[in-house]
This record gives sequence, C-alpha cells and structure tokens, in this order.
Amino acid sequence: MRRFAGWGVLIGALAAGPGAAQLKVEAPPPPFSDGIYPCSNCHASQPVNRQRRELKDMHTDINLKHDAEHRWCLDCHDANNRDQLHLASGEPVKFEESYKLCGQCHGEKYRDWRAGVHGRRVGQWNGAKQYLLCAHCHNPHEPRFKAIQPKPAPNRPQTRSTHGN
Amino acid sequence: MGTESMTRRMFHSCASAAAAGFVLTSCGPKRLYEADKDRLKASIVELERQARERTGVDVKVSDAQAIPGVEFAYALDLSRCVGCRRCVYACVAENNQSREPQLHWIKVLSMEKEKGVDLAHADAYYQPETVPEEGHFYMPVQCQQCRDAPCTKVCPTGATWTEKDGIVVIDYDWCIGCRYCMAACPYGARHFNWTEPSIPKNEVNPNTHYLGNRPRPKGVVEKCTFCIQRTRAGRYPACVEVCPVGARKFGNLLDPDSEIRYIIEHKRVMVLKADLNTAPRFFYFYAT
Repeated sequence: MRRFAGWGVLIGALAAGPGAAQLKVEAPPPPFSDGIYPCSNCHASQPVNRQRRELKDMHTDINLKHDAEHRWCLDCHDANNRDQLHLASGEPVKFEESYKLCGQCHGEKYRDWRAGVHGRRVGQWNGAKQYLLCAHCHNPHEPRFKAIQPKPAPNRPQTRSTHGN
Repeated sequence: MGTESMTRRMFHSCASAAAAGFVLTSCGPKRLYEADKDRLKASIVELERQARERTGVDVKVSDAQAIPGVEFAYALDLSRCVGCRRCVYACVAENNQSREPQLHWIKVLSMEKEKGVDLAHADAYYQPETVPEEGHFYMPVQCQQCRDAPCTKVCPTGATWTEKDGIVVIDYDWCIGCRYCMAACPYGARHFNWTEPSIPKNEVNPNTHYLGNRPRPKGVVEKCTFCIQRTRAGRYPACVEVCPVGARKFGNLLDPDSEIRYIIEHKRVMVLKADLNTAPRFFYFYAT
C-alpha cells in the first residue's frame, strides 16, 4: 500500500464548469517509484525512440495493460520534456495535474471525481478536503484494481449449547 | 362555602403538583436529551470522570451540538465496494467498540450478483483469500439514521432520539437495556453489550462525544452515530476516510453543492427495505 505522506501540496485549480468558481485541488505528490523522478536525469542524454518494443534495460516492471494495443509510452509521456506528460492536443501537463490527461478519455469519471463522487477524499465534509490523484489508486500502466486481502470475518454469535457440547 | 373549599382544594393540588414537578426536574438524574446547557456542562465533567474510570485513559467528552442548517446523509457505492472490511475495523477503533466480546457496528454482507440484493441469502462471514470474489458484490450495513426511525418510537424510557442534524443517538445512562429498539430495527444495526465491554488501554480513542463513542457500560445498546464526534467537528466519518476504493460518501443533505446531493441527483440511488417507509438517510448507489 502506498503511504500518503506529505498531504497538502497544492497542485492546481480545477474549473468546476464554465464560469464556475475555481476549485482548489489539494493532493499528495504523485506516487512515483523510488528514485525514478526526474525522468530527465536519464532521458536527457538518450535519443528519442518512438518504436513500440519490449523494454529490457529499464522499466521492466511496467506491465502495460491500459488499452495497450492502441497506446505506447509517448502517447502520454512527453518526448521533449520527460518530466511532464502531454494531452492529445500536445499541450504539456505536469504529473501533479495528471487527472487532466486521464480525463480526456474518462470524462465521466473525471466529472464524478471533481464532484467528489469518484475516488477517495479525506478532510472536512464542509471545508478543506484532500483529494487523491487518479494515479494514487490506479496504476496508470495497469489501472484495474488488484484483489486485496479482506480483514477478518466477525465472530459468529456465541450460543451456550444446551445439547451437552 | 362549597365553592370556597373546592378552590382551596384545587389550590393545594396544583401547588403540590408544581412542587413535585419542581423537585423531579431540578434534582436527581436527567436525560441528556432535555438537559440544558449548564446541566450538560456539569454532566460532561461527570461523564469524563466515568470514562476515565472505565478505561483508565484521559478521555475527552465533547458536547458539540448539531450545526444549524445541517442534515447529515450518507451514500455507499455498491458498484465499488470490494468487501475488504477496512471500514468495520476503522469504526471499531474510532468508536471504542468492545474487542472482547467482539462488537461491530458495520456488517458487510456478501451477495451473489445473480440474485441481486437478497438479504435472505447474504453471508456476513465470508473469508476468502482475496476480495472481491468472482460473481459476488458486497453491501455494508450499519445504522441507516432513518427519518422515521422505528427504534426511537419503541424506547420505553426515551433514551434514544433523533438529533436536529438527523443522527439517531442513545443516552447510555438512560438506556435500561430492554432491547426493544433492537427488535424494532429492521436493519440489525443496534448492538447490545451483554457483558462489560473491554478495550485495550492503548487502543482507546480519547476523543469522544457524549452521544457517541464515549465508553459504554454493560447492559446498554449502541450503534453507528455517523461518527458524531468527528462529523460535528466538520470531519468525515472514519469509515469514509478509510475506504480504499472510495465507495463511501458523506455530506450535508441541505447543501445543494454537497457530494451527497450530487449523488442523489445524478446517480441511481436506493434505500434498504424502502417498503418499510423508514426513510433512511443512508443511501446506496451505483456510480457506474
């Protein structure tokens, strides 16, 4: 389970709709694997390879199961600035605002998330809330939830046996 | 002469009734329901002393009252819940439920997708390696905070009632343990302390509310209060925050911009046992 240390990084503002008041989104930092960010540390010195291929040297832990037939790394990650993502339009997006990228395809979920109905929030029901980014719960490369171990079942009601046991 | 003596008699009966009333209301124990501010303040000191005695921990008892213009409601997304029971144990920890004997305010029912919501064949004791199980969905059930609550109507002592913000509460010092309310509740949401509840000292939650999670004695009924100690302070209930799939939603029914209103207006919403007309403030919905 990822730990949500460092709550309260103000990462952006959402327009709740045309003309609506700007809604501040507070979320913990994006859940990068240890030591992997900034990506440009390695990628700056490497040529861009857009070829779909099996990754053998790095990122071997990534198991792309997110419409993999139609998608490859650079559809979301930006080739020119590796420390950012980009929208379909080419507009760059920070990792802290990755929900904009997810929202391009998952518009309905994005709408629900902004309304506080999809996803998890903590904080005040009548005040400041902390959001989680899509990527905090869904691994963007493999978004389907994995099965988890349930907590113990309750004890069955105790009955004092009247049948001699 | 006759009229005179009648008047005299009436005067005396009225005076003695008034005196008796005064004695009854000003002395002796009193329901927390009707306690005025000063009386409540005094009671809180006593409740904190009692709680310290019961748990050995420096327990704080809040007397936060309902926030004006607030009616709480809850919604649970049946299409998301995976039946992991994180909510059950977060509730136990937050609300000082007895560990031994075990007492849970939330019961998670496993049901077959093919049968739909079918309480007769629901299983609360499922224990597979991992959840969700193939072909199953899960329905957590806790107090539904009914607008027309059968439990409060049957209480012979008036020890349970609905607060202004919609939370159905229990006065643990006024409850006589007759369990009529448990029989009246169609959701099995009320639980009885058959023995002295026990909580390890280091697990006691010291932040309590006089109508909520303060330590209970043996022989009283208890139940979910929407985490009254948290929600009246503006926080989300413990079960909402712990849910790993974000299936639990909470908010103010009277606020048109609340999450709960969005759900009721945009999603497919149902209440449990709608035919009983209990009008729960706890909704189940399908977000997908």
